[in-house]
Parts: sequence; structure tokens; C-alpha cells
Amino acid sequence: MSPRTSAEEKPRTVTLEAFADTIVPGEKRHPGDRAVAGAAPGGGAVAAGAIELLEWDATGVSEGLDDLALLLNDHATAYAAEQGLDLDASVPPFVALPFEHRTALVQRLTAPGHPEKQFWVMLTLFSNMAYDSAAHMHTAEAIAAGHPGLTAMGVTAPGPDGLWRFPRFSYGRPLARLHPDTTPSGSPA
Amino acid sequence: MTSTERTDVLVVGSGFGGAITAYHLAAGGAKVVILERGPWLAAKDFEHDFMLGSSYTRIFDFVVGDGMSILGGNCVGGGSVVYFAAMPRAPRFVFERHGSIGRRMWPASVSRDTLDPWYDRVAEAIPITKQDWNDVTYAGGLWAAACDHAGRTANPVPAAIDRGSCTNCNWMMAGCRFDAKQSLLLNYLPAALAHGAEIRPLHEVQRITRTQDGGYRVHYDLIDGEDYRIRSAGGTIDAKVVVLAAGAGATPVILQRSEADLGTMPHAVGRYFSGNGERLNTAVLNEDRVREVLGLSRDDGLAYAANQIGKGPCVANWDRLDGSLPEYTRYSLEQLYFPPGLGTILAQVADTGGPTWFGARKKEMLKRWQSWLIIFQMIEDDNEGVFGPPPAAGNADRVSQQMLGLGRLRYDPHETTLRAWAMADAECKDILERDGLAEVTAWTNDVVGAYTVHPLSSCRIGDDPGTSALDDRNELRGHPGIFVTDGSAVPGALTVNPAMTIAALAERAVPGIVRAAQERGVDVTYGAPAPSGATSGRRGVADLVPSLMRK
Repeated sequence: MSPRTSAEEKPRTVTLEAFADTIVPGEKRHPGDRAVAGAAPGGGAVAAGAIELLEWDATGVSEGLDDLALLLNDHATAYAAEQGLDLDASVPPFVALPFEHRTALVQRLTAPGHPEKQFWVMLTLFSNMAYDSAAHMHTAEAIAAGHPGLTAMGVTAPGPDGLWRFPRFSYGRPLARLHPDTTPSGSPA
Repeated sequence: MTSTERTDVLVVGSGFGGAITAYHLAAGGAKVVILERGPWLAAKDFEHDFMLGSSYTRIFDFVVGDGMSILGGNCVGGGSVVYFAAMPRAPRFVFERHGSIGRRMWPASVSRDTLDPWYDRVAEAIPITKQDWNDVTYAGGLWAAACDHAGRTANPVPAAIDRGSCTNCNWMMAGCRFDAKQSLLLNYLPAALAHGAEIRPLHEVQRITRTQDGGYRVHYDLIDGEDYRIRSAGGTIDAKVVVLAAGAGATPVILQRSEADLGTMPHAVGRYFSGNGERLNTAVLNEDRVREVLGLSRDDGLAYAANQIGKGPCVANWDRLDGSLPEYTRYSLEQLYFPPGLGTILAQVADTGGPTWFGARKKEMLKRWQSWLIIFQMIEDDNEGVFGPPPAAGNADRVSQQMLGLGRLRYDPHETTLRAWAMADAECKDILERDGLAEVTAWTNDVVGAYTVHPLSSCRIGDDPGTSALDDRNELRGHPGIFVTDGSAVPGALTVNPAMTIAALAERAVPGIVRAAQERGVDVTYGAPAPSGATSGRRGVADLVPSLMRK
């Protein structure tokens, strides 16, 4: 395991990692991993590249990440106080929350009526997108590299030219009665 | 001082409403300019790639509203380039709907009978395949078999797809790499160009003002080809007639922004928006039960596990498309494909105390993604959508360089809509959970609101000036010479995919636009053949044209 650099452990990064890991949880990258809670087997949104995607200016959220991380930690502090939780001060407050509490807080922030809902939903969309479509990578390359999300979902690899073709695609037999009021062109009457 | 650019007809948008009208007007002799806010791509540019910046994010837009989010085309060819090419005609009862306005929503002059000749014109221009069971994908076949098992019928859906060149790659939303999808890039648009029409991509129309000679001046910005958040000063074009076809999420916004100059807009501009009653359900299939209960087996021994394979929707259940049933209880249930990216986040796990749309159990659900079957409901909604004041530019505040923006649409579903969705949800469950075939859940509406790929009705035709922005020939009330021909003109939800109906209404609008152009001194006639040169469609509408060209 490679030693972690200080850049990787800066509060913003670990806070966003903990958020992304709440959306698509994964296994810890190393025994001391605090951001990734280890709530599910296999790689989750963080291993899938959520931070790379969020930090890409194409998403439109990259410039707001400092503020979102600060805000998320403020919410975590308030939430912990409300719940009577003691937080480990050596990591950012959201990272210090146990996984089930991270989940409960994210549910609140993304619930209808929350004044900041829009921001947290954006963060959620991109966290999920890193996992289910590797939107920061060329899809064929992501599959070839064993991207955790696309691999877990069983997305098949393209042909040598990078394009997908499925010559076998049909059961090839009638499987239901047609609606009696179908017109000759195949439309409803 | 620079001279002002002039044209006879300025068309805003190049989807069905823009391409069809532009073709006929150019073929009839008018000088036509089409302004399209999106880029101009062709088959070679369409990529199989989910990476931001690929064709997938360049050519379509996802606009988040309050209670409703809209997916729509954003390129030359508009919705026809990104859609799934399902082209059914709307059932007869749809034209008799009243909605909640206490009278027929459609103009008296439009019924299934009077629209059929215009549907025929479209079918002559855009090759539509009446699919048979050999064309139906595994996903469509599975839906058919499940419907049959539950005592229902199921129909292959007519589609504008060339079966010989289709590879069933399911990348239709990124544009068709193989030109199997018969988008407008292959018929109306090249024909319009051949008759001298000009298409200008990355030109986003902001507003319309009047000219002193009774015409209109159209103001546009130029949009950066890669980062759509970057706009630069564009210009203006003067036109005798304006055809607005920017899509139901954008056309009313342009008119709202123009109101200060043009004068009061009809009340229905930016109101009565319909999401076509759309809602999605995800079934996660039990592969063993698919084999045991339905007797299905693929050539390679799998029962199904084919979510990735196909060409969008292939099979629909139309048993509830029954005109004898009360309004708001009629709907179709269509098998659909929705790619990852936007197609998984809203799917929910069943029966959980925790979050339904994210978290560890959702991740488990994603592991079975190949065994997903997505069912698309199209119910009769109640035209609940209303657009708020327009943003500074465009129809949304763009967040990402492409695709994602925040719009001004507010949609608060009425009880009738919620009940219809609940009925359709229950029916999906009844069909697919029977005998342990699958576990079915609806997509959540709590994250980005409801979700439509078929925005309609935000500037609709009708006979009642209080509830329709356009007269029965698509002309904007109180603003002669401005026509609206896109999905916003459709009065309400159709219970089926709307492209065919949008296209037929655009065909039907052309004689009236020709008449208006003639009155403004444009040397133009009506009567072009189909883009291919075929003429039977023209003969079919001949008797209907005089009343549409009346003074």
C-alpha cells in the first residue's frame, strides 16, 4: 500500500470522499482509511473516481467544493450535537460521523424542502455518476481498466473499434397476443 | 453601420417542429434560416462513451426544475437525434380529452381522423418500421412474455429505425453511429438544405422584437462549442415570419423574455406544461424465474440479463388505452432502456428502512443491473406545469459545461396525476412480480422531481383563448406571423410517445405558415413532396389544405 500524501488527506478531500462513500459505499482502501467507512464490499464511488469527477471543472461543481465541504462539516457538527455524538476531532466532523449517521444526514440534506437540497443533489448525482458511468473516463478505457462500478454492473466491453454491437438480441418468436385494436401501421387505434 | 441581415422565415430550433416547417417553406420558395442552439454532429461524431464532453453530453440537455426535470435534445436535429425513435400515433380518445378546462382541449378541427393524413405525410418522409417479433429485443420480449403471462396483450412499437443497420447497441441517446435511427439528419434537414435553407448551430435565440415594417427581429447569442456556459455577443436577423420550435422547455421562455417588446403574451404561454404523464419503474428480474415461469432462454443459455442490449423501447402494453375508460385512468406501459448516468440514480430499492435511492442496498441493486427491466408509464397528467420568470439567458442557468442546468419550471402534480401514477405502478407490480418474476419499484420523485423525456403543451393550440396560446393553425394569439410548431403546441399528454404527433402537427401547420408568409409578400407556395420526392402524402392532405390556408 502506498503511503498517503498530505494532499490526499486535506480536509476537503476526505470530507467529499466520505460524502461520495455514503452514496455508493465501498471497502476501505487501507486499514486506517477514515473517509471510506467500509460499509460495502468492493470499490464504491471513491474508488470509482468520484473526487476526480467532482474536481473536473466540466461538472460545474468544482469551484464550489470548498464551500460545500465546509458546509457539510458544519451540518455534521450540528447533527452530532443534536444526536449527542462525540466526534473525533482529528478528522473533519462529517468524516468522524459513523456511516449510519452520515447516511441519516445526507437523507436530510437531500430531502424535499431542504433549502440547500439542490447542491447536495448535485453532489449526489456526480458521486453516483463516477460509479455507474465513470463520467470522468472514456467508457471503453474504464472497462479495460477494471473500473469498479462498470465492472460490478456487468457492463460488457465494446468491440475492437470501441463500439458496441449485439448481433444476438432477440428471443425471435411471438411472446404475446397483440392488442385487438391495432391499426395496420402498428399504432393504437 | 452594418446592414441588418434579413430572411423571409426565421426558424428557431431544428427538431421536428423546426426541420419539417423549414423544409416545406424552403421547398416552396422562401428564404429560410434555422438557428439552433446546439452543435451540428453527424454519425461519425456519435460516440459510445459516457465521458463528459462526448456526444452523449453534447447533444442533450437535462434541465432540473422544481417538481419536474426535462431531458431534451440540444443539437441540429433536436429530439430526433437523441430519442428512441418510437413513432406510434396517438390513440383516438386522446383528442377528445378535456383535462381540467371543462371543454375539449384540442381544437375542434383536430381529431385522429383529421390528423391521420398528416401522420401519413410524416410516415412517407421518415421511414418507420412496423417491428415484428424478430426485431424485438430481449428486454422487449421479456416485457411481452410477462404481459402475456398476466393475461395482457403486448405490441411491438413502430419505430423509425432501419432494422438492417441497427446493431442493438443501446447508445441511441448519444446519437446513432450507424445511421440506423432515421433522425431528421437523414430526411427533412438535408432536403431543407438542398432547397437553400441555412442551418446555424450554436446560435441560441434569446428574444424577439418588432421591426418597423411589421416583421420581427430575432436576437441570438453565440454559444461556445465545448463549454455551453460560455456565450458571446451574437446578432439579430429580421424576418417576415418566425417559427418557434425550440422545444417545450425553451419556446415559452423565449416568448416570456420577448413580452416587454412584443406586448402581452397569451395567458397560456408558459402554462399548461405537461410531462406527458411520464414515470419510470425498475424491475430487477429473478433470472431463474424468467426461465421457469416464462420459458425464456437466450441463445447463449442465459434467461435474460440483457438490459444493455437493444434499441430503446420495443414493446408496449396498450390494454389501458381504452376510450371507454374515464380520463386520468388511461395509460400505456412501455419497456424502455435508460443508460447509466441518469438511468440508475432515481431507481429505488424495495422495502427498506434506510435510504431507497443511495447507499449499500442500492449498490447491491446495481450489481444486478443487467437483470434490470425499465418500464415507462405514460399516463394522462393534468398540465400542471408553469414556467417562472425567465433566466438571464437561455432556458436554464447552466451548471455543467454541457447537459446540466437549472430551469424555471414548477410542477406540482394534482391528485388525478398522482392517482394515475399509483395505478400504473400497481399494474407494473401486478405484471412483473407475479410468480416471483421480479421486484419492482418506481423511480423516486423526491430527488429531481418527476422526470420527462417528452415535454409538451407549454404553448399549446386550442379554440379557447383563455387556455391556449395558439390558434388551431399554430399562430400565436395576438402576434400574427409568429408560429409555434414544437411539442409545446400539443395540448396535453398523449399516453404514447409523442414524436409522431409533434411531427404531424408541424406538417399540418405548414399551410397556415405559407399563407402568413404570402400575406407578408413572400413568394412561397405550399405543396412540396416528401423529402424523398414521394407524393402520396401530399395527395392525402390535399382536401385539408384549403381550410388551413383560409384568410
